[in-house]
Amino acid sequence: MTTFAFEQRSLPRFGGYNLGMIKLELRRMMRNRRTVIFTLVMPAVFFLLFGTNASNRHESVGGGNVTGYILVSMAVYGAMLATTSGGAMVSIERAAGWSRQLRLTPLKPVAYIAVKLTIAMIIGLVSVLVAFLVGSVSGAKLPAHAWIECGLLAWVCALVFAAFGLFMGYLLPSENVMQILGPVLAVLSFAGGLFAPLDTFGHTFATIAKFTPVYGVGELARYPLVHDGNLWLAVLNVVTWTALFSVGAMWRFRRDTARV
Amino acid sequence: MTLTASSDITARDTAEPAVDLDGVVKRFGAVTAVDGISLRIRPGEVVALLGPNGAGKTTTVDMLLGLAQPTEGSVTVYGRKPHDAVALGLVSAVMQTGGLLKDYTVEETVKLTAVLFGKDQSSVGEALERAGIADIGKRLVGKCSGGQQQRLRFAMALLPDPELLILDEPTTGMDVGGRHDFWQAIRRDAAGGRTVIFATHYLEEADAYADRVVFVRRGQIVADGTAAEVKSLAAGRTVRATLPGAVETHLRSIAGVDNAEVRGDTVYLHGRDTDSIARFLLTETAARDLEITSRNLEEAFLTLTADDATEAPK
Repeated sequence: MTTFAFEQRSLPRFGGYNLGMIKLELRRMMRNRRTVIFTLVMPAVFFLLFGTNASNRHESVGGGNVTGYILVSMAVYGAMLATTSGGAMVSIERAAGWSRQLRLTPLKPVAYIAVKLTIAMIIGLVSVLVAFLVGSVSGAKLPAHAWIECGLLAWVCALVFAAFGLFMGYLLPSENVMQILGPVLAVLSFAGGLFAPLDTFGHTFATIAKFTPVYGVGELARYPLVHDGNLWLAVLNVVTWTALFSVGAMWRFRRDTARV
Repeated sequence: MTLTASSDITARDTAEPAVDLDGVVKRFGAVTAVDGISLRIRPGEVVALLGPNGAGKTTTVDMLLGLAQPTEGSVTVYGRKPHDAVALGLVSAVMQTGGLLKDYTVEETVKLTAVLFGKDQSSVGEALERAGIADIGKRLVGKCSGGQQQRLRFAMALLPDPELLILDEPTTGMDVGGRHDFWQAIRRDAAGGRTVIFATHYLEEADAYADRVVFVRRGQIVADGTAAEVKSLAAGRTVRATLPGAVETHLRSIAGVDNAEVRGDTVYLHGRDTDSIARFLLTETAARDLEITSRNLEEAFLTLTADDATEAPK
């Protein structure tokens, strides 16, 4: 501990964003059984329960079958749950005083958010892959290009919910934030036409549904299969909600860093 | 009342101080948590910030770590802004509570800290070893006792090999054995020359482990000196007498008086040689009704740090 030790000290690159932290954080998330069931098992089980009966398998949609259509919706649902829980991790970490502890390291707050978003998108990807794997062995049929395109869209568009999770994570101080967000996501999924097609709703409800955040993601993810619906409206929906949730998350995040 | 047992500590200091607080004030709305603290700490000192709950110790610590910004005054740590010093690993801290995630193992928690500070994996084992928790590395944090969690925080704080280690009420909630083990670990570590500042409301801890004690009360420093000096201050006796019209500064100039206080017609003179103080009062002044009482360190602490019951609207 001599004075020249000062010169050897330096700050990490990228504000502390690094692979080692992402690995440790992923391992921690996978240790939480509730998260695993919620994000990986549940969407697949829903798909098996509601999507795989004989009539769905024999009725065709686009170049595939209704089972495939439902699979894409469930993959979107899974990706949504996964990215929301990834973002909402900040709530638990703030409650535990962990965010404060991290302020005693070189990790920059922006790098912390980037790590959280990366984790959210990684588990979102795993969730989509698990759903598609289960679907492929239980009768879901999609054209080859749709497997890839639908999967990618379901995953990429789930970024909306990573932002949503972050926003809620900063907004809600609760330790079990996902117990609140789980039902909220279920309602939003229903309202956005993920569990039942919008044309089974009344006209008024169907119109309102188009303004809810899940609608756009679902429409976009299924587009490569059905080539139907208003693509631009769906894109506008996704972009608007992503912007809204991001602004909300940034607002709360700024307040949070100013306060501590 | 301000007792300054040793002013030479800062006077003989020419090197860059480890910590320099200059007229620091911190207000939270109408509440003033820190009310004008100026303090310099030299490299290598082990300093206790001693005071009752709510004295402003934790707020001071937060400002040293860049977790809070002073409303007025300036805080520098090794000549830098606190947060910069923290990011470089010059300063680290063991905080009072929280700051751990239950579903990490002990080893993973330290590993993450190592990753963030850009230290290699060998430093992880070393920190665990030095904090005395190498045997529970695989245990989940949620399954650790309070003492073990505190030693984990200590291991995390050791990781950047800081020049200055700050401990905020480090032994709160530990049993006697845990406290002893924890301080043994800190003491071994401080022997290597690290600067240590710890906040505590345990008088024994300040006495046993600090070589300088800073008493804090209601956001102000009320006494500052080496543990031995403060102890000798408190080890003296007090002469109480009735002396109308007395002036504190005059009383302080009496040989043997370390501190004097006037409350109405009553004067309180504190010093080691109370016999000669009494002799002086009775022969050279109009003082009467003399009474000589002794107080121990515990009482001195209470006198110095206790909040007056009459004024404390928070």
